[in-house]
Amino acid sequence: MEHAEAITFDPHAEEDRTSTGIPHDKMGMWIFLCSEVMFFTGLIGSYIVLRYGSTWPDPKLTLNIWLTAGNTFILICSSVTMVKALEWIQRGDLRKMKLFMCLTLLGGSIFLGVQVYEYRHLLHEGFNPHVSLFGSSFYTMTGFHGFHVFCGVVCIAFCTGKAFLGKYTPQHHLGIETLGLYWHFVDLVWILLFAIVYLI
Amino acid sequence: MTTDGHTIPNYMAIFWWLLALTVFEIGWAVLPHHSRLVLAGGIVGLAIIKAVLVAMYFMHLKFERRTMGVLFASTLILGMILVSVVIGELRLPRPGYPRGVVNGPSQ
Repeated sequence: MEHAEAITFDPHAEEDRTSTGIPHDKMGMWIFLCSEVMFFTGLIGSYIVLRYGSTWPDPKLTLNIWLTAGNTFILICSSVTMVKALEWIQRGDLRKMKLFMCLTLLGGSIFLGVQVYEYRHLLHEGFNPHVSLFGSSFYTMTGFHGFHVFCGVVCIAFCTGKAFLGKYTPQHHLGIETLGLYWHFVDLVWILLFAIVYLI
Repeated sequence: MTTDGHTIPNYMAIFWWLLALTVFEIGWAVLPHHSRLVLAGGIVGLAIIKAVLVAMYFMHLKFERRTMGVLFASTLILGMILVSVVIGELRLPRPGYPRGVVNGPSQ
C-alpha cells in the first residue's frame, strides 16, 4: 500500500494563487463535501436511532446482498478508474485518460442500472417504503445515495465530453480532479451504507 | 491534486486492499455469530477502514494540507456528537413509552 511510483507532478502548474494556497474550485468542492458529510451523518444517525429503538428484521432475509456486493465492487472499480484517469492526465497520456473516464462513466451507469433493477424486484416482492420503518429507511438512504450517483454520472458524462473535445491538458485538469473528489466521496458513503444497511 | 508535490500512490494496491476487505466483510456478515454486537462491530470496523483508505489515498487527504484534514474531520466530529446526543436521548425515560422505544408502545 505504501508503494509509490517514482514520478512526481507539480500541482501548482494550473493554479492561480489563492489566500489558502488551494484552488478555489477544489476548496469549494471540499466545503460542499463537508456539508454532504453532515447530510449523510444525519441520515445514518437517524437510521441507527430508529434501529436501536425498535424491532428490526434481518436485512439479509429481505435484501439480496450478493447482488449489492457485486454492485459495491463495480462502484469501487469506478473509483479506481476515476483516480487512474487523473493519474494519466497528470502523466500526459490523454488517450488513457479518456479511456478511464469512459470506464468510470460505464461503472457509474451499471451501478445505477443494478439499483433500479433491485428496486423493481423489491417493490414487486411487496417491500415498499410504506411496509415498515426498515422499508422507509432503506429507500430513503439508498435513494438519496442513488441520486448522488446519478448527479455524478451526469457530471462524468459532461467532463468526458469535454475531454474528447480536448479541453483538458496535463497542465489544466482541475475539473477532473474536483469531479474525482465528489465521485470518491460517493463511493465512500456507499461503503458505509452497504455495511450498515445490508450486512448488519 | 495537492498543495504540495508528492509521489503518486499505487492505486491498484489500494484497490486490492479494498477488494480483500469487502470479501472479508461479506464473509463476516454471512458467518453465524453468537453476538449481534460482534457482527456489527466487525462490519463497521472493516467499513471504516475501507472508508479511510478511500479518503486518504483516492481523495488524497493523506497528501493534502492539514487544513483540509481539519475541515473534513471537524464535520465528522460534529456528526458523531449529533448521533451520540440523539442516542443518549433515546435512553432517557419518556412518559407513556417504554425505555428506548421510538415507535410508540404499540410496536
